[in-house]
Amino acid sequence: MAKVIKVEDLSKAYQLGNFGTGTISRDLERFWARIRGKEDPFLKIGEINDRTTKGTSDIIWSLRELNFEVEQGDAVGIIGRNGAGKSTLLKILSRVTSPTIGTVKIKGRVASLLEVGTGFHPELSGRENIYLNGAILGMRKAEIKRKFDEIVDFAGVERYIDTPVKRYSSGMYVRLAFAVAAHLEAEILVVDEVLAVGDAEFQKKCIGKMGDVSKGEGKTVLFVSHNMGSIGQLCSKGMLLSYGQIQTYDKTTTAIAHYMRQNKNNEALQPSLFIGSLKDQIHFTKVTINSTDSAVAEILPADTIRICVYGTCFKEVKLFRTSFSITFNGERILTTHDLVRPELLREGNFSSEIVIPANFLRPGEYFISIGGHNGNHLGPGEEWIYGRDVVSFVVLEEYSLANDFANTGLVNIPNSGKRTYF
Amino acid sequence: MDNPQQEIWDIEISPKNNLFDLKLKDVWHYRDLLILLVRRDFVAFYKQTILGPIWFFVQPVITIITYTIVFGTLANIPVDGLPKPLFYLAGTIIWNYFSDCLTKTSTVFKDNAAMLGKVYFPRLIMPLSIVLSNLVKFSVQLILFIVLFILYFIKGQVPAPNVFILLFPLLILLIAAQGLGLGMIISAVTTKYRDLTFIVSFGVPLIMYTTTVIYPLSVVLQKYHNYSWLIKLNPVTAVIETFRYGFLGKGSFSWDLLGYSVLITMVILVTGTIIFNRVEKNFVDTV
Repeated sequence: MAKVIKVEDLSKAYQLGNFGTGTISRDLERFWARIRGKEDPFLKIGEINDRTTKGTSDIIWSLRELNFEVEQGDAVGIIGRNGAGKSTLLKILSRVTSPTIGTVKIKGRVASLLEVGTGFHPELSGRENIYLNGAILGMRKAEIKRKFDEIVDFAGVERYIDTPVKRYSSGMYVRLAFAVAAHLEAEILVVDEVLAVGDAEFQKKCIGKMGDVSKGEGKTVLFVSHNMGSIGQLCSKGMLLSYGQIQTYDKTTTAIAHYMRQNKNNEALQPSLFIGSLKDQIHFTKVTINSTDSAVAEILPADTIRICVYGTCFKEVKLFRTSFSITFNGERILTTHDLVRPELLREGNFSSEIVIPANFLRPGEYFISIGGHNGNHLGPGEEWIYGRDVVSFVVLEEYSLANDFANTGLVNIPNSGKRTYF
Repeated sequence: MDNPQQEIWDIEISPKNNLFDLKLKDVWHYRDLLILLVRRDFVAFYKQTILGPIWFFVQPVITIITYTIVFGTLANIPVDGLPKPLFYLAGTIIWNYFSDCLTKTSTVFKDNAAMLGKVYFPRLIMPLSIVLSNLVKFSVQLILFIVLFILYFIKGQVPAPNVFILLFPLLILLIAAQGLGLGMIISAVTTKYRDLTFIVSFGVPLIMYTTTVIYPLSVVLQKYHNYSWLIKLNPVTAVIETFRYGFLGKGSFSWDLLGYSVLITMVILVTGTIIFNRVEKNFVDTV
């Protein structure tokens, strides 16, 4: 197979902190170094990009010395923790920003979808926005015209096509935006985690479309997602980024396995696993499952599962409740909270517990994400903390009457129906 | 190992741009986008208004009424014997075109950061669309000027246009290039340090007084001959004077002044393009 992307020594540095009066002197220093033909004094190579620890310089390397190749028809899933450099890589590949060092060589047209609906103007109608958005993504007017009906059909918004998009529901907006992007004629498709919005049906449609594009039409797809389910479904190869470097570039299953292992922390929970505005105020320290340490937790299907997280609150939080999300194979099965509604969280040590009924989870390995928020969901003043897949546990393969082998699915309800003759 | 023939790449992404490579081929490919952006600006301007495109007329009309009262009547600044509204309107529409191009282009990266940060297209499209959008606005206002001109012409208060009116396309090109070029120079600096935007926002209206929008050059030459270089220094002056001379037959036209303006405009445009080309690649990281 022919190579379509070749990345050599790719590095990207960002400057931390604010730009202001403080930074101008440094800019002058750099300028002075450059005209004397010297190396930029502020780009010291060697410091690792760990967002949680304080570094010595305020330059960080978001990507460091990446070398890889992508062949035509590959669907590459790019995975990694927050801040691992996934989006930076996509930004460079789609030419939104340029690397600090190194080169990328690409064969063919690149269509990038880093965000849905880029350049949509709220005042313009759906029809006008299809043309505008298509043109922004690099389509010619004739090309859009030819595909117009197909786009409208894919988005399923025919009735609203002459209404300003500001009147659209957010779902419709996303559908229309993705539909335009999905009909781009390009050899390489670069997609950031944009499908998180939109309903399940539409997400499935999008994944299907991207699958068609890579498998059927022989196009190359690069796809960033946190949803291991869709990565596994869509991608033939996986690239695991960690602190701006490639840790694994292999089969998808291998990359996902490495990612999961990276996330599983058998010792105490590190504060670095958590993100959000409350991450300095609340530290979750330990999770136990049925009173044993989560790392060794193996649970029988017939056990009731008690998940308990221990934490310390350093400064009183006015309203807070702890959330627990259980994922299996990258799919979130459920989210539940310790309290019915957020309440005052006092300073000091605390623990939160939830209970999952017996025989509810099917055998397999489950990951728990721990977090919490003040209940003001996604509104202004929302305060939150979240750690994805911080611990895992295994429900052992032991089927019983209450956990019938034939009851396949994500969750289990013991057989409890009846049969009547009439 | 590799067949060398295979190593032909369409796109090469590297840290630096070639400063003189304007990627005009790319711009040409995106010409539909340019047209759609202009259309968007025009349509979005009057969406959900009752008067619609009439709003394009309101601003210059109010402006010339104010100028006529304040500068023409109260301050009694002579206007080369022309009808005052026509005199002011000629200067105003040209100055507005210049200042709109300049101020919009100077914040082009900041204003469009959301879009430019998510998708690639030749960045030059953005300032070009600003120049063209404002050209649409300018054309609408030019119609107002022509209507007013015909009215005064029928009344016999102005002579018929002379041969210098043929310079009009050049004047438009000059004024657009000046606004675009200066705007691009400023835009490069404002991506990282916003200080200059403040200077632009109060400076541009003030610089208007160093051009001949509200007074004719002849008055300056007569009264303040020693300072007239200051007025002539501004390349917009030559454009306004030539425009008035062509349409209204009055004004201080000279080939020297126009030649100087053309030269300065070219320097500004080339400098602006080079600076813009250098900044466009990485502005997303600092804007």
